[in-house]
Amino acid sequence: MNLEARGLSVGYGEADVIDGFDLVVPTARMTAIVGANGCGKSTLLRALARLLKPRRGTVLLDGRDISELPSKEVARRLGLLPQSPVAPEGLTVEDLAARGRYPHQGLFKGWSAEDEAAVEAALAATHMTDQRGRALDELSGGQHQRAWIAMALAQQTELLLLDEPTTFLDLAHQVDVLDLLDGLVHERGRTVVMVLHDINQACRYADQLVAMRDGRVHSAGAPSDIVDVAFIADVFGLDAQVVEDPVTGTPLCLPLSQPRRTRCTS
Amino acid sequence: MTRRGRLDVRVVSVLGALLAATLAALVASVALGEFSSPPLGVVATLAGAGDRATNFIVLDLRLPRALTGLLAGAALGIAGAVFQDVTRNPLAAPDVLGVAGGASLAAVALIVFGSGSAVSVPLVALAGALTAGTALYVFAWRRGVHGYRIVLVGIGLSVFAQAGIAYVLAKGRIFEVAQAYVWMVGSLNGRGWAQVWPLVAALVVLVPVLYALGRRADVLALGDDVARALGLGVERTRLLMLGLAVGLTGIAVAAAGPIGFVAFVAPHISRRLARVRTAQGLLALSAATGSVLVLLADLVGRLAFSPHEIPVGIVTSILAAPYFLFLLRRGTA
Repeated sequence: MNLEARGLSVGYGEADVIDGFDLVVPTARMTAIVGANGCGKSTLLRALARLLKPRRGTVLLDGRDISELPSKEVARRLGLLPQSPVAPEGLTVEDLAARGRYPHQGLFKGWSAEDEAAVEAALAATHMTDQRGRALDELSGGQHQRAWIAMALAQQTELLLLDEPTTFLDLAHQVDVLDLLDGLVHERGRTVVMVLHDINQACRYADQLVAMRDGRVHSAGAPSDIVDVAFIADVFGLDAQVVEDPVTGTPLCLPLSQPRRTRCTS
Repeated sequence: MTRRGRLDVRVVSVLGALLAATLAALVASVALGEFSSPPLGVVATLAGAGDRATNFIVLDLRLPRALTGLLAGAALGIAGAVFQDVTRNPLAAPDVLGVAGGASLAAVALIVFGSGSAVSVPLVALAGALTAGTALYVFAWRRGVHGYRIVLVGIGLSVFAQAGIAYVLAKGRIFEVAQAYVWMVGSLNGRGWAQVWPLVAALVVLVPVLYALGRRADVLALGDDVARALGLGVERTRLLMLGLAVGLTGIAVAAAGPIGFVAFVAPHISRRLARVRTAQGLLALSAATGSVLVLLADLVGRLAFSPHEIPVGIVTSILAAPYFLFLLRRGTA
C-alpha cells in the first residue's frame, strides 16, 4: 500500500494553501507532519484523504489517482480521523466503532461475523472493551479520543491518517495514544500519517518527519537527520537549542526564550 | 447501524407502546363524537356487522378522517426526524424551514385568486412544498450544503412565505380569505378516502427508501469529514434524504393542511421516550409519535367545545409551543 502526492496544490477561495507538494508516504512506518500554525498541515491531510479536491497535481493510492477510485474502495484502504470530531448525543463507544465498518458493508449485506470481529479487535486494541456500552459524552478526554481511534481501527485500513490525535489530552493520555499508534505501525505493519504540533513528540515517535512551511515541504527525513537549530529556526521561527533526548536519543528542542523568574542576573 | 441480534430493547418496547396508543387513539377517534358508539360497536362495524347509520358515520366519515390524521402525522414525524438528522440541528423541521410555508403560500394563492377545487388545492400545495424544498437546497448550496446554512436559508424562506401569504390574504375577497384561513391552520374536517389513498401510496413508496438509507444517515451523523472518509457520498445522501422528507411533508400538507409543530416536536418526544441511537429507530418512533399527536389533537379539537370544532393545527400548536419552550429551558433542544 503506497500513498503519494505529486505536484499537489490545494486551496480554499482564492489562495493556494498547499502549492506544488510532493510526498511519498513510507509503508509500515510512522510519518509525522509538523510545521507552524497555518502552514497547511490539516489541509494536506484532508487532500491526502480525498476530502479536498486538488487544484493541480494528484494523490496516488498504489499508483492510481485517488479521486478516480470509488470512495468506498478507498475507505477500505485508507482511514482518516479529523481533529476533534463530534459524535451525536448519546452514541455509545461500540456503536461508534461499528460505524467504522460502513465501507465494508453492502446494500444487502448486513452485519457479519467479520464486522463483529473487527469491532471487538478495535475495542481491545484501544482498551475500550470495558467502556463499550457507555455514551461518548460521558467519557474523559482520553477515552473519548480512544473511542474515535477505535472507529478508525474498525475500518481496518492499512493506512491511517490522523489530524492532531493528541489535542486536548493531558500528557499521560497523549503518551497513551501515541504508544497505541506506535504499536499499530511497528507490531501490525500499518502505515500511519499524523499531524502533530509537538515537535518533540514527533521526533520521538516518527520514523519520518515531514516539515512544512508556507504550503511546501521544507524538509523530510528521519528526525535525527533533519532536526537541528537551523531547522527549528526555519520551520517554527524559534530560537532553540537542540539536544539529545535523554530517554530516546532523538532530537529534543529546548526554546531559548526564558521566563524572567529564571534569568541569570549576574 | 443495524447489528444482528442487537435490537435495542427500550426502543422496541417504546415503539410497541406508541403503536398501541395509536390504535387506541384511532378507535377513540372513530367511536367518540356527537354521535358516540361504544368501542365494541366500532369494532363490529369495522368487521362489517354495523347498521346503516353507524356504517355511514364510522366508515365514511370518521374512519377516513382519523386515518388521514394518523398517516399525515406519521409523514410529518418522519420528515421532522430526517430534517433534524440531515442538518444535525434540533431546531430544524419542514415547518420551521419554510417547506410547509411554501405549500401554504401556493395553496392560499390558488384558493384566493384562482378557482381552487378539492383536487387542485392539494396538488398545488404539494408543488409548493417541492418548490420550497428545491429553493432551500439551491440557496443553501455553497461547495456543498451545510446544516447551519440549511437552517438559516430555511428561516429566510419561511419568512418570505409568510409575507407572501399575508399579501395574498390582504388582497383577497373575504369569502375566499376565510376559506384560505381554514385551510392554512391545518384541519381534518371533511377529509375522506380521497385523502387517505395518496398518503398510503406516498408512505409505502418513500418510507422503505428512507429506512434503507438509515445506515448512511448514521454515518452522516458523525460529521461530513468522517462520513466522507468512510466512503459515504455525503452530498448525494443529504440531497436524497431531504428530497424524500420534503416529499412526505408535501403529501401530508396536501392532505391535511400544514398541521403546525408536529414535524418539529415528534422527534424530540421520541428522543425523550427512548435513547434512540440510530436513524432507523428515530424514524420509527417519530412516525408513531406523529400519528398519536395528530389523532389526539384532532380528538381534543372535536370534543373540547363540541359541537364547535377547533382545527387540529390549532390544537397541536397550542400544545407544542409550551413544550418547545420547556425543551429550550431544559437545554436539551
